[in-house]
Amino acid sequence: MTLTDETKLLTEESKVTADPMIPSLFTIKKIFWETDDTFTIEIESQDKVPFNFMPGQFNMLYVFGLGESAISICSDPYKNKTISHTIHRVGNVTTKLSQLKKGDTIGLRGPFGSHWDVDKFIGKDVVIIVGGIGLAPLRPAIYSIFRNRKKFNRVIILYGARTALDLLYRVELEQWSKTKNVEILTTIDRGDSSWRGNIGVVTNLFSYIKLDAMNTYSMVCGPEIMMKFSIEELLKRGVAEKNIFLTMERNMKCAIGFCGHCQYSSKFICKDGPVFNYSDIKDIFNIYEV
Amino acid sequence: MHTEDISTLLKNHSFLEDLKPEYIDLILSCASNVYFKDGTKIFSEGEEAKKFYLVRTGKVAVEINGREKGSIRILTLGPGQVLGWSWLVSPYLWHFDAYAIDDVRAVALDGECLRNKCEQNHDLGYELLKRFSELLEARLKATRMQLIDVYKKELN
Ligand SMILES: Cc1cc2nc3c(=O)[nH]c(=O)nc-3n(C[C@H](O)[C@H](O)[C@H](O)COP(=O)(O)OP(=O)(O)OC[C@H]3O[C@@H](n4cnc5c(N)ncnc54)[C@H](O)[C@@H]3O)c2cc1C
Ligand code: FES
Repeated sequence: MTLTDETKLLTEESKVTADPMIPSLFTIKKIFWETDDTFTIEIESQDKVPFNFMPGQFNMLYVFGLGESAISICSDPYKNKTISHTIHRVGNVTTKLSQLKKGDTIGLRGPFGSHWDVDKFIGKDVVIIVGGIGLAPLRPAIYSIFRNRKKFNRVIILYGARTALDLLYRVELEQWSKTKNVEILTTIDRGDSSWRGNIGVVTNLFSYIKLDAMNTYSMVCGPEIMMKFSIEELLKRGVAEKNIFLTMERNMKCAIGFCGHCQYSSKFICKDGPVFNYSDIKDIFNIYEV
Repeated sequence: MHTEDISTLLKNHSFLEDLKPEYIDLILSCASNVYFKDGTKIFSEGEEAKKFYLVRTGKVAVEINGREKGSIRILTLGPGQVLGWSWLVSPYLWHFDAYAIDDVRAVALDGECLRNKCEQNHDLGYELLKRFSELLEARLKATRMQLIDVYKKELN
């Protein structure tokens, strides 16, 4: 059985609600700040149904009376009693979510969307390029890879953040970096002399790694412009288009391919994405009006 | 260090990857092996840019003095990267400050010596210019990306 088969089996068993438009109730078990504008909530289904999902999928989190936001699941897909979301506070819904307390109730629809198919990377080098909050949607894929570490070859994570204080999941990054055949390089856009690490954009980190391009698969997640430059670097170094995966974001409403809010040329991000193979969207990816 | 050793260091540095051996031989006399202890100021803004450096080990921080804003660290450079291009562009003055923020080993290349070699051998000059143009393009792109402040989302 492949890694994704294992999770798929579980996903089938655990549809929280039959109607994808009706939210289920979830209780906040933990809520804490990761940085000064980004927090994580751990939630549990009030029906005590295990919640299974695939790495890269997202949920619509509903604050009663206010609205919903699409938020990726960032916890370990092999742990299904509770799930976590790391959220950047940017507007109405995310601000209200940040103000909730342990024990409060939210609505949830999901999981939705395509996923990081890590099975494809078995036996290969995996290069993960993330910027800012982009580490959150990729964390379940990283957990999957680490849980089955021996099945993959080298794992390289290149991670860029705005400042040192914006780096997420620092304790885990430290732990992962101690694993054999794993290289984790971080960089920040802005720093001062107290910061001893790298400063510069994430693409700058490419000069510190040697890629075996023919045997490399890559997952890229972050702001579009950061993904554009990162993909250019991967292609320049010989990684095949079909070996590059990325996730796209657009405003969402229904999350099931009905309303058209998330339309991305001929695709719907909620249904065909958010995880795409670069070769499937390259023609539209470089047109920023799309 | 013997010149053969420096020649190996030059050949092994990614900036000069696949440079024809005859060009390595040509620039060898402009090269020297250097070491900067952690904390050393390598050069200062406004000083004559006599050299550039192929970083081999350690880390260098490039800072701009924002005057009333103080010193701003804009970039760090590590193994395989190149520190400095002001030796190439008249009036050959550094535009930034550079510090070793780790013990740094590098190969220094004398700018004037190299400019003379390039005047004498335009093929070498063209080859080096191609490599520096790529470097400058990458730095420009990176600076633009930093300017966009991609990870910042304004609170509504
Ligand atoms: C598939 C998917 C997964 C996502 N995963 C995460 C995640 O894990 N963590 C996280 O913090 N955010 C994630 N987002 C983004 C998140 O959905 C938005 O930031 C959120 O909906 C903003 O809601 P709000 O009411 O707080 O802000 P609003 O008041 O609606 O808007 C605040 C600002 O954010 C912009 N904005 C709103 N929604 C989006 C969006 N989807 N993409 C880009 N800009 C937007 C608005 O234009 C505005 O400038 C994801 C989005 C998608 C589509
Ligand atoms: S959010 Fe409605 S179609 Fe995608």
